[in-house]
Amino acid sequence: MSTTVSLVDDEELLRRFLAGDREAFRGLVERYQSALVRIARRYVNSPALAEDVAQDTWMAVLRGAARFEGRSSFKTWLFHIVANRARTTGVRERRQIPIDPTDPVAASRFDSEGMWKEPPPSFADLLADTQDRARAVGSLRAAIAELPEAPRSVVTLRDVEGLSTREVSALLGMSEANVRVVLHRARAQLRDELERVVKGGE
Amino acid sequence: MARVRDINCRHAVELMGDYLEDRLSRRDRRRLEHHLAACDACATYLEEMRATIELTGRVEPDDLRPEVLDALLAVYDDFWRDRGERTAGP
Ligand SMILES: [Zn+2]
Repeated sequence: MSTTVSLVDDEELLRRFLAGDREAFRGLVERYQSALVRIARRYVNSPALAEDVAQDTWMAVLRGAARFEGRSSFKTWLFHIVANRARTTGVRERRQIPIDPTDPVAASRFDSEGMWKEPPPSFADLLADTQDRARAVGSLRAAIAELPEAPRSVVTLRDVEGLSTREVSALLGMSEANVRVVLHRARAQLRDELERVVKGGE
Repeated sequence: MARVRDINCRHAVELMGDYLEDRLSRRDRRRLEHHLAACDACATYLEEMRATIELTGRVEPDDLRPEVLDALLAVYDDFWRDRGERTAGP
């Protein structure tokens, strides 16, 4: 069942679960629960509370789905619900993320003249082979899980979920400029992870 | 005569962030592209950043814990039961 559901778009799943199809609801939960928790986590202090906020969000979806007009995508609508709820819940707990835009990317790789100490190796081989690519994706997934909370949220929403930087900025309550700064550093760290895969590869 | 002021590699890598998001000023874009045309190391690095973004797009979202899924399906079942009771009436 879930293989067919995974190919169906969000709006169709919404129509189906409004008609009482439990598998369609399950499909949406599987698709978005982790993103909801991730967004909520930006505003509330504990993972457990973030899961509660996500659960409230699904209740709001059930109650509000019949009124969803499709003026935005389902995903945008869903993410706004969770961000609003998390904001209300976590308003007193809101943490500031220290971001230093002057902290350079990949600083240790450059000499005092700003030149590469050692040029970056090519990834061409890594990308040519299907198995190596799969291994690389696995390493990226683990590396994302290791990132601190702010870069993890930003890179997950932007590069895994495919939202625009503007949407990420609105959902996480960060300026777009800060989103880009955090994103660039997170991507550079993930790139370093791939470099380790390339170098460690047999 | 407008001259593109040279930037070093560290600066080039810094500019790649906004370049990839298409948010560089025209002037900085020119400076970066000028540098990339002459610097293989930075051109390679930029390619790798693109590859990283592409591969990150293939990462599946976190697995759903079974107990979380069960709890959410229970929410779904409750919702339909309540609705059924309300529409069916006493
Ligand atoms: Zn360079």
